[in-house]
Amino acid sequence: MKVSMKINGAERGGDVEPRVLLVDFLRTNLRLTGTHIGCDTTSCGACTVLIDGEPVKSCTVLAVQADGRSITTVEGLAAGAALSAVQDGFHQEHGLQCGFCTPGMMLVATALLEGNPNPSEEQIRWAISGNICRCTGYMNIVKAIQHAAKAKAAVQASGTPAAAAATAGGE
Amino acid sequence: MFPAAFDYRAPSTLGEALSILKQRGDDAKVMAGGQSLIPLLKLRFARPELVVDIGRLPAMSGVKKDNGHIAIGALTRHVDVERSKELESWMPIMVEAAHWIADPLVRNRGTLAGSICHADPQGDWGSVMLALGAQLVAHSEGAERVLAADGFFTGPFTTALRPDEVVTEIRIPAPKGKAGGAYLKLERKVGDFATAATAVYLELGGGKISRAGIGLTAVGATNIKATAAEKALTGQEPTDELIAEAARLAADAAEPKDDIRGSAAYKKDVIRVFVQRGLRTALGRAKEMKA
Repeated sequence: MKVSMKINGAERGGDVEPRVLLVDFLRTNLRLTGTHIGCDTTSCGACTVLIDGEPVKSCTVLAVQADGRSITTVEGLAAGAALSAVQDGFHQEHGLQCGFCTPGMMLVATALLEGNPNPSEEQIRWAISGNICRCTGYMNIVKAIQHAAKAKAAVQASGTPAAAAATAGGE
Repeated sequence: MFPAAFDYRAPSTLGEALSILKQRGDDAKVMAGGQSLIPLLKLRFARPELVVDIGRLPAMSGVKKDNGHIAIGALTRHVDVERSKELESWMPIMVEAAHWIADPLVRNRGTLAGSICHADPQGDWGSVMLALGAQLVAHSEGAERVLAADGFFTGPFTTALRPDEVVTEIRIPAPKGKAGGAYLKLERKVGDFATAATAVYLELGGGKISRAGIGLTAVGATNIKATAAEKALTGQEPTDELIAEAARLAADAAEPKDDIRGSAAYKKDVIRVFVQRGLRTALGRAKEMKA
């Protein structure tokens, strides 16, 4: 079946069997290997992508279901060399150890901050509750998301770029 | 890990979907959000020849009040229930239960009706539907019927739905008088199925319990309606002794098995404690309600 969808802002298409999973379409057909396959059983969230802005597990979505939708993968977070606020937060606060869960964590965080710019720690923990970090680095993941929220708020207030605002915060 | 090959249709109207199911229903599985079906397809526990994706049907999602009941469109997702201002006001137990389902990512795709029709005895919605006395509206080509949740679950992953039918709407009787409910779930971690859980719902009139509903999760071959406990409560003044007795009767209705989540005896006792706790909570919430 022919499918086409907007991936990280660009129109992409392919010819797939109905049984092809979105994660395999992204990784194998489009070579977007930033989306990871972890448990492959809807448990771990390593394969998280955003569909129309909402985080979902791409191992549990058929590529044909995503036809016509808008997908964001981890490759779509940075603007060229400039990291997004969430990516910079993970960098600044060491929000990763092995890095396997990181794409999913950052996409969930991106969606969270889009809808709730100033989440409480509990709201952050709740938002990432479908994403497992097997290094158990949750403390720093939460800090990274808080860092990103502050950086985004600072940008809103001053109009300076996210990374500069975060560094100017005196880390 | 990927499913065995299947034909795929994504009808754009309900009529088209029903026509496909009339011809090929026996070999088909209906998919809404796919959060239960896709894992089954991947594990090859399910190998349908055809998947009918109803996820693109228009006007099948949303919550409204209609003729004495709350009508919830079949494609309404768990996250829509969780965030529904209408349900928060009309039937808050729905919002409370939605919060416990799987994890936030699964809730962004999985649907209320899909979960009910999947009929996993460990599913949360079945118990809520039994406690609330819900009905399911099922369409087939040229026909419509309304099925009560009580009797809908005929076995593990098995329902009274025919292969040519699609559930289009869930109907929940609007609360009468002062009403309160609670969903209590014991899970080992977020996203795990329940060790045991219960949905409890009460309506009060003239200082007595005018209606009681209790559904049990993960303690039998289907979600279980604790009928004896409901009968014991109905028409009575809610006392601590009555609540304790109803909780004992509900635990008697549970038929759990030993597994990695706990022993049968433990799960039965969790049900007793949760029903007791849930009834007290529901009672408190009903009394607080401005009727």
